[in-house]
Amino acid sequence: MHYVNEILPSLVSGTGMTLSIFFWTIIVAIPLGILVGLGMTTRFKPLTWLINIYVWLMRGTPLLLQLIFVFYGLPIIGVVFQRYDAALFAFILNYTAYFAEIFRGGLQAIPVGQYESARVLRLTRWQTLRRIVIPQVVKIVLPSIGNEVINLIKDSSLVYVIGLGDLLRAGNVAMSRDVTLVPLVLVGVIYLLLTAVCTIVLKRLEKHYSYWR
Amino acid sequence: MLELKGITKKFGSKTILDNLNLTVTDGKILTIVGPSGAGKTTLLRCISGLETVDSGQFLLDGQPFDPATNRDNDAVIGVVFQDYQLFPNLTVRQNVTLAPTMVLKQSAAEANETAQTLLAQLNLADQADLYPYELSGGQKQRVAIVRALAMRPKLLCYDEPTSALDPDLRREVQQIIVQLRDEGITQIVVTHDIPFAEAIADQMLRVEAKS
Repeated sequence: MHYVNEILPSLVSGTGMTLSIFFWTIIVAIPLGILVGLGMTTRFKPLTWLINIYVWLMRGTPLLLQLIFVFYGLPIIGVVFQRYDAALFAFILNYTAYFAEIFRGGLQAIPVGQYESARVLRLTRWQTLRRIVIPQVVKIVLPSIGNEVINLIKDSSLVYVIGLGDLLRAGNVAMSRDVTLVPLVLVGVIYLLLTAVCTIVLKRLEKHYSYWR
Repeated sequence: MLELKGITKKFGSKTILDNLNLTVTDGKILTIVGPSGAGKTTLLRCISGLETVDSGQFLLDGQPFDPATNRDNDAVIGVVFQDYQLFPNLTVRQNVTLAPTMVLKQSAAEANETAQTLLAQLNLADQADLYPYELSGGQKQRVAIVRALAMRPKLLCYDEPTSALDPDLRREVQQIIVQLRDEGITQIVVTHDIPFAEAIADQMLRVEAKS
């Protein structure tokens, strides 16, 4: 117990980094994902091509590799990020691609009749999106978004590769120093707590949207 | 009065509507009957602006108008779709008041009052706060009618209104359409149900399948 108290502060500060990457990525990547997802459903071909290439790159290469490229590769062409900014940039780019694919699927699941119905009532495109399409899409995509959100908590451990001190790295440091697995057990418990909170929040949200079918 | 002059609609090389002329008299029921694939629904979609025509002219009370681009605040044509297409995320009341408040800029109170009256008229007063999934097929159809009526259209169109209904409900929708006619609403009903069409029609248009 004494040992646990001793390493806990460093684990807590690591958790801070994990959460900060987590929240900023969610806050930026979800709205961006909606926009990019909308872009994928337009009939303007050059745009959908561009987006498809972007999504292919982001989903087709490991996030770890993308992190390394952003931090060590981009400076070669003169784009220099601080460690933390580089991590956020890579995470947002990567997760936006996944969210966009999810939203595209959700948008395409809305029957054409819903748009036509709104059109003969002479709602504008924006009114149709806001009041009819997006509420239905949110309900459809919630379970898939939840999956990605939980993945994100665990993926955030990849930031160690560019030298950021997150939760897993704090555990690793303590393990090597003290030659014991106890820190990693604690790290596991903290990840479980974080994902449990997310799961509960997501369940609540799904329940909130269950008032209509 | 709605007049169609020389309306032609093609999909690719296939001509669906060929130089069609039609007059819909105010306050009357026009039924459009014919076999599947004859272009009944296409005609309805052209009148309601969901399809653009290749040539021809629409006249409303003598004034030319284009259903596909008509976007002013004067409601012209309401549609009751075959599968109703209610908005599942909104209650019956919200389905009905959404467009009047957002498009016609009615106040919430005004839109609610109109909705209440129309819902009561079509025997839906108790369903106002339910969601579409909680309604029966006949109720959904009546909500679709109310939703269209709330926009005070000059003309109300139905696409196959009896296709999903059992005989009792068929009589019910027949009564509703006749009742609305008696209130002075002009209606166009597309159907392949000839007895139903004959029962309600003031005027009938038969379209033939093109080879």
